[in-house]
Amino acid sequence: MTTSTSPLHRLSASLYRRRRLRLGLLLGLPVLWLVGVYGGSLVSLLTQSFFRIDTFSGTVDRSPTLQTWQQVFTDANMAVAGRTIGMAAAVTIAAVAVGFPLAYYIARYTSGKTKSAMVLAVLIPLWSSYLVRVYSWKLILAAEGIVSWASGLVGMTGVLGWILDLPVIGGPSLSTSTLGQFIVFVYIWLPYMILPIQAAVERVPRSFLEASADLGGRPATTFRRVVWPLALPGVAAGSIFTFSLTLGDYIIPTVIGDSSPFIGLAIYSQQGVAGNLPLAAALSFIPIVVMALYLTGARKMGAFEAL
Amino acid sequence: MTTPSTAIRFESVAKTYGDVRAVDRVDLDIADGEFFSMLGPSGSGKTTCLRLIAGFETPTAGRIMLHDSDVTDVPPYERDVNTVFQDYALFPHMTVADNVAYGLMVKGVDGAERRRRADDALAMVHLEGLGGRRPNQLSGGQRQRVALARALVNRPSVLLLDEPLGALDLKLRQAMQIELKALQREVGITFIFVTHDQEEALTMSDRVAVFNQGRVEQVGTPSEVYENPANTFVAGFVGTSNVITGDLATRLRGAPGPFTVRPEKIRLSAGGDVGTEGTVTEVEYLGMFSRYRIDVGEQVLVAVDQNTEAHGERPARGQKIAVSWPESSCRPIALTADGETDEQEPV
Repeated sequence: MTTSTSPLHRLSASLYRRRRLRLGLLLGLPVLWLVGVYGGSLVSLLTQSFFRIDTFSGTVDRSPTLQTWQQVFTDANMAVAGRTIGMAAAVTIAAVAVGFPLAYYIARYTSGKTKSAMVLAVLIPLWSSYLVRVYSWKLILAAEGIVSWASGLVGMTGVLGWILDLPVIGGPSLSTSTLGQFIVFVYIWLPYMILPIQAAVERVPRSFLEASADLGGRPATTFRRVVWPLALPGVAAGSIFTFSLTLGDYIIPTVIGDSSPFIGLAIYSQQGVAGNLPLAAALSFIPIVVMALYLTGARKMGAFEAL
Repeated sequence: MTTPSTAIRFESVAKTYGDVRAVDRVDLDIADGEFFSMLGPSGSGKTTCLRLIAGFETPTAGRIMLHDSDVTDVPPYERDVNTVFQDYALFPHMTVADNVAYGLMVKGVDGAERRRRADDALAMVHLEGLGGRRPNQLSGGQRQRVALARALVNRPSVLLLDEPLGALDLKLRQAMQIELKALQREVGITFIFVTHDQEEALTMSDRVAVFNQGRVEQVGTPSEVYENPANTFVAGFVGTSNVITGDLATRLRGAPGPFTVRPEKIRLSAGGDVGTEGTVTEVEYLGMFSRYRIDVGEQVLVAVDQNTEAHGERPARGQKIAVSWPESSCRPIALTADGETDEQEPV
C-alpha cells in the first residue's frame, strides 16, 4: 500500500472518508437555488396575493386581506381561466393525435441514421427562436398569407371562408382566429409530445406485439390492449408539457388570435400596465393549482416513469 | 400428399434476408403429438424456422402446411399454434391471470369460463394462487411457467418453444426439462422445441433435427443422431466425436474411408476389434469420469473413461497406453464441407 502526501491526494482521501461533506458539495448549489430562489419566489408570490392594491393611490396595502382573492373569482377571470384551460386541453388532444403516429413510426419502423435524422427533424425547431417561429406563423396564416393564397390557387377559398365564419373558432382571417391560435400552439409544443411517446414505445419489446398476435390478437386489439397501455405513460408525460406550456403562454395569444385574454396575458397586464401586483400574484395560482391537479392525475397514470 | 398424422410440413422452405440465407430449402415433417427439437448453433436457422411456423416471418419460397392446410400466408393471429418466447414476453401491465387469459379474452370467451380455464392452466404449471401477481413479482422460473400456461390455455394444435429454458440456472433447467416432457405427454400436443443445447435436445425429444447454416443436416431420434451421425458436423455438434480419416483409418481398418468413434466407446486397454497404441497428452478429471487425449501418431483421439478404478490406477499424462474399441462402434461418416468438429462437452 502506498500513501501519497501531496495536498491534492490528502484532500481526495479525506473527501472519500467524509460522505456527508461530499453530498454537501454535490448538492449545495442546486439546493440553495431551488429553496432560496425558486421556493422563495413562490412564497413571496403567495404572500403578495394576500395584499391588496389601494385604488386611489395605486400603492400596495400590506395588511393581510382576502379582497384580492375575491377579485380572482369574478366571472371575467373565470372566463379567462376557462378559455385557457379549454385551449390547453384541445392542444394536448391534438398533439397526441398528430404526435402519436409519428412517434410510433420513429420508434418502430426506423433505426440507425434514419432514426437520428427523424429525431433531429423533430428537435431542430426548438433550437430556433420561439418568437421568430410565432411571427412566421402570423405571416403564414395572415389574410394575404400563404394559406389563403394556396387555398385560392386550388379553389378552396370558399371552404376557408366557411371555416372562418364558424362561431368561436373563426375570425376575420386565420391569423386573427382562435383556430389559428390553436394551430400555432399545436405546432410549437408538438416536439414535447413526440419525444416522450417515442421513448415509451421504444421500450415495448417487439416480442410483446408478437405474443399478442400469437395469442390471437388482431393488430387493432394488440394496439388497444398492449401498445396503448404501455405507451400511456409517455403520452401522459408529453401531455404535461403541452398542457402546462399552453396554460402559461402569453406570447401566442398576443400575436395570433382575436386578442381575448389568456391567464398568462391577464397576469402580464395586471403586473405591468395595471401595476396590480397582488392580483397578478393571485391569478398566478390558477395555473399552479390546475397543474397540481393535472400532475396528480398524470402520476396515477404512471407518467413519471417515462420522463 | 400429407398423411393426417402430420402436424407441420415444410416443403422446400427458404427464407433470405438480402444475401443471407437464413433458411435454405428445408423439408421437414413433424408428426402429430411429437416432441420435436430443432438443434443447432446460433445463426443456423432453427429460430427462423420456428418463427416461420408461428407466422412472424413469411417464407421467401416454399410452403408450410399445418394439419394439411397451407398456412404460408396466414397471419399469426389466425394460426392454431402458440409460442413460448425466449424472453417470455409477459405483458407487464397485466396480472398473471390476465396474461394467461389474454388469448381467451381476444377470442371472446366469456369471463367466468376464461377465469376457470386460466386457473386450470396455472394449476397445471403449479402456480395456483399466483394469478393476482404482476409478472415482475415472479422469479424467472415462475415467469417461464406463466408463459407456458398462457400458451397452453388456448389448447393449440402445436406449441412452439423458443429456447425457453435458456435463462434459467442449471438445476432449475434440468427440473423444467423433466416437467416439460411430462407435460407434453399429459396434454398430447405437438411440441416444437428450439435449443442450442444438445444435451437438452437429446434428453427431451422424440426426434431431433440438427440445423447448420440454414440447412437440416439430419433428422432422427436422439439415439440415431448420436450413434449414427450423418456427417462430421452432426458428429461434432451432438456430443464429441473422433473422426478418423486417411492414414490412420487405413492403418486401423485397411480402408481410408472416414469413420467416427465416440469417446466413451474407446477402452484404455488392448483387446478390442480395432486398436492401437498412443501417449496420453492430457487428462481432465471431471468427477464421474475423466477425459483423455491420446496421441496415436497420425491423430489425437479423445476418450472418456468412468472413474471406477476397476482396472487399477488411472493413466497419467505422458504414459504409453493401448486403446481399442469394437468394430461395431466404427460408424462410416460423410465429411461436411468445412469438416468442422467443434469440441463439445461430452454427454
